[in-house]
Amino acid sequence: MNGNPRMVAPGSTIASLLRDLSLPSMRVAVERNREIARKTEYGTVVLRAGDRIEIVTFVGGG
Amino acid sequence: MADTLTLGGRTFRSRLLVGTGKYPDYPTMVQALEASGADIVTVAVRRVNLDRSKESLLDHVDPKRYTLLPNTAGCYTEEDAVRTCFLAREAGMANMVKLEVIGDEKTLFPDTPALLSAAKRLVKEGFVVLPYTNDDPIMAKRLEDAGCAAVMPLAAPIGSGLGIRNPYNIRIILETVKVPVIVDAGVGSASDAAVALELGCDGVLMNTAIAGAKKPVLMAEAMRDAVAAGRKSFLAGRIPRKLYATASSPLDGTFFQTLLE
Repeated sequence: MNGNPRMVAPGSTIASLLRDLSLPSMRVAVERNREIARKTEYGTVVLRAGDRIEIVTFVGGG
Repeated sequence: MADTLTLGGRTFRSRLLVGTGKYPDYPTMVQALEASGADIVTVAVRRVNLDRSKESLLDHVDPKRYTLLPNTAGCYTEEDAVRTCFLAREAGMANMVKLEVIGDEKTLFPDTPALLSAAKRLVKEGFVVLPYTNDDPIMAKRLEDAGCAAVMPLAAPIGSGLGIRNPYNIRIILETVKVPVIVDAGVGSASDAAVALELGCDGVLMNTAIAGAKKPVLMAEAMRDAVAAGRKSFLAGRIPRKLYATASSPLDGTFFQTLLE
């Protein structure tokens, strides 16, 4: 996740991952294996070993 | 009638667009945004900071108050720029993006072939694309033809503060395209911003000029005033430049000799 290995419980979803990280889903976007995950799928997409997850948000910029 | 800026069908009161990067701290940024009077503020898209003890930008910038304009800063390829726009949209922003594809890390000049290609793809996907481009009228026209909602030529390299290096090209761009022209990058002082608006540009976008000033909040206020003054000066129609003097006071009725003999 975001370039670093992370262990998650079997059956974890994007929604549960965001909850574990205390990240409000409204403020982030998630990519799974270079494909954007829709917010409506967060609760149903089950994470698998080897998935590459990117979680991004907005930061200061010009 | 209110003098407003329209981008992608949305109307904004302020012609000053400001960035949210490089401020010494969030309270200074918040005050500077307020002082600038800007309606649109740019933001970057990056990996989340998992340290929740650190505050995030969105704790300080209210998306109800400001229109957040995600940028693709740091993207060196068309692919990364397009990907960043999709992520920004999914993260809850509207469709409007500031598209940059950087061509060189020393100058941060745009890679215009990649920019044009990315713009075409994003327009097709329903984005309102505001491209950061160079001061090239031909590329500006290509970007307009591609469906961009504005063109944003640089005044000078990003963060350089050199001001408008080629006002004549900016003028040609203004004559070439019908979409709004927003000078983006390179502004250093209030007079630079005023010149952009006096040339007839529809707006100006800046970050470092405010965030890097010794007193960012005061500079934000100066920029707000400069943009307003520059716009009024443009609308008022300046006098032609002449090489020699023209007297402002009447020559009739003088009680002294007006010419040296």
